[in-house]
Amino acid sequence: MSDLPAGVARRDIDGETGLATQGPPAYGEPTDEAGWRRWNPRRSKLGAMLASGMDTGLTGGETALYLGAAAGTTVSHVADFAGPTYAVEFAPRPVRDLLDVAEERDRLFPLLKDARKPETYAHVVEPVDAIVQDVATRGQAEVALANREFLREDGRLLMAVKARSEDVTADPEVVFDAVVETLSEGYEILERARLEPYHADHLGVVARPR
Amino acid sequence: MTDDAWFAGLDPADRETAAGRIREGGADSPADWPAMAVETGFAADEGDYYDCLREATIDAARAAVEEREGAVDQQLVHAVRAMDDCRRQANELAERVAEWGSSRFESGGTGVEYARELTERDPETLGDRRAVSLARRVVALDEEADALKEYVETTTPEVAPNLAALAGPVLAARLLSLAGGLESLAKKPSGTVQVLGAEDALFAHLRGDAPSPKHGIIYTHDAVRGTRPDDRGSAARALAGKLSIAARIDHYSGDRRPELEAELDDRIATIQARAADDTEAGDDE
Repeated sequence: MSDLPAGVARRDIDGETGLATQGPPAYGEPTDEAGWRRWNPRRSKLGAMLASGMDTGLTGGETALYLGAAAGTTVSHVADFAGPTYAVEFAPRPVRDLLDVAEERDRLFPLLKDARKPETYAHVVEPVDAIVQDVATRGQAEVALANREFLREDGRLLMAVKARSEDVTADPEVVFDAVVETLSEGYEILERARLEPYHADHLGVVARPR
Repeated sequence: MTDDAWFAGLDPADRETAAGRIREGGADSPADWPAMAVETGFAADEGDYYDCLREATIDAARAAVEEREGAVDQQLVHAVRAMDDCRRQANELAERVAEWGSSRFESGGTGVEYARELTERDPETLGDRRAVSLARRVVALDEEADALKEYVETTTPEVAPNLAALAGPVLAARLLSLAGGLESLAKKPSGTVQVLGAEDALFAHLRGDAPSPKHGIIYTHDAVRGTRPDDRGSAARALAGKLSIAARIDHYSGDRRPELEAELDDRIATIQARAADDTEAGDDE
């Protein structure tokens, strides 16, 4: 089991032990008196990657670019333990919730932008130590490749691949292989693992730019 | 390089311009913006820069959300109702035009098409002039209905992507219109969605005068219409279930779930296969 980043810990909250970070509660998750709040791996793919012991290379405090921030469930935890965090989300509805999460944090920057068009936010986002990607569109590998320019040489891509976004009928393993192959054009794959039992038909990928 | 930065030449106190730059600006590639901001004197230090960036991104995202969302579902409701009104009025007036026109001109015809033909005529008398003018109104109304339809078709997928994908943009907009908006559609049980648009039949049923309606406006969907009458109740129930789920995802989460379409297709195929099974069973006897 690899080390958790600083700022993430296994804590006993509400009689259950699980991942937790310290920060203002964002979506009604259980908290304890010391200010820790539960990070439920069933609601977060990055949480699932950490909970299942994947070596994310995260140490805490790094700058991060989060693609597919949605309502901010996961990104709220990332902003808790990471440094400046840029959160990109394309759909206006979830960004309303993301704004609430951002308001309560000092270094979380919400961007209503399309992750497939990095040129529309390259004037705002600086080079980062980690890209976290959880977008539910077809062409997930292409999104990662297009955003590679934001990643520092020794940075990490932490990606959740959703099989059903690529092709609902194909066997997930076949989809994962295809996505990973495309991804290899710009990244060296360090680790891949299915996110069961937390998320069905999802693959977690850790990679670094080549 | 520095020219691409969102803060290039910006007064740190000018929050409005800052938010506009975040929204409209762009760059070919990223750069170490925090360091540049300090170098160019936009910010005193890195912490100061991030404070400015935070304000600017939150302002920009809030403005963009308000603009893109701005109760667009209500606009859609108006648009789809206006579309139906225009179409109905055009048809009604077209009948009048046809009646008038055939009394004045040799070639009689019907509907909006005939009105279109009439607009090309040179009116000779004052009466003709009125008839041709009325025909022009009919054509204009019909064209307005087309334009409204186009608006509905492009806007529905933005407002309710999953619902639009499942139902088609026009039916999706009609469901929103019948329910009174996306939020109220999302809160309706699927049994209600199934009979939206069949209120007369539903209340007749509740009074005890009639059997319960199997479907409302969703009858226009291929999944229902393409199924044999015996199984349409099942098809309508399955479709309404998926449509309710789609509306809830669209309202509460907003992300796209292509698997819903596949699940619906699958279910409808199963229901429609019953007809084939029955035919086969009949052959065996």
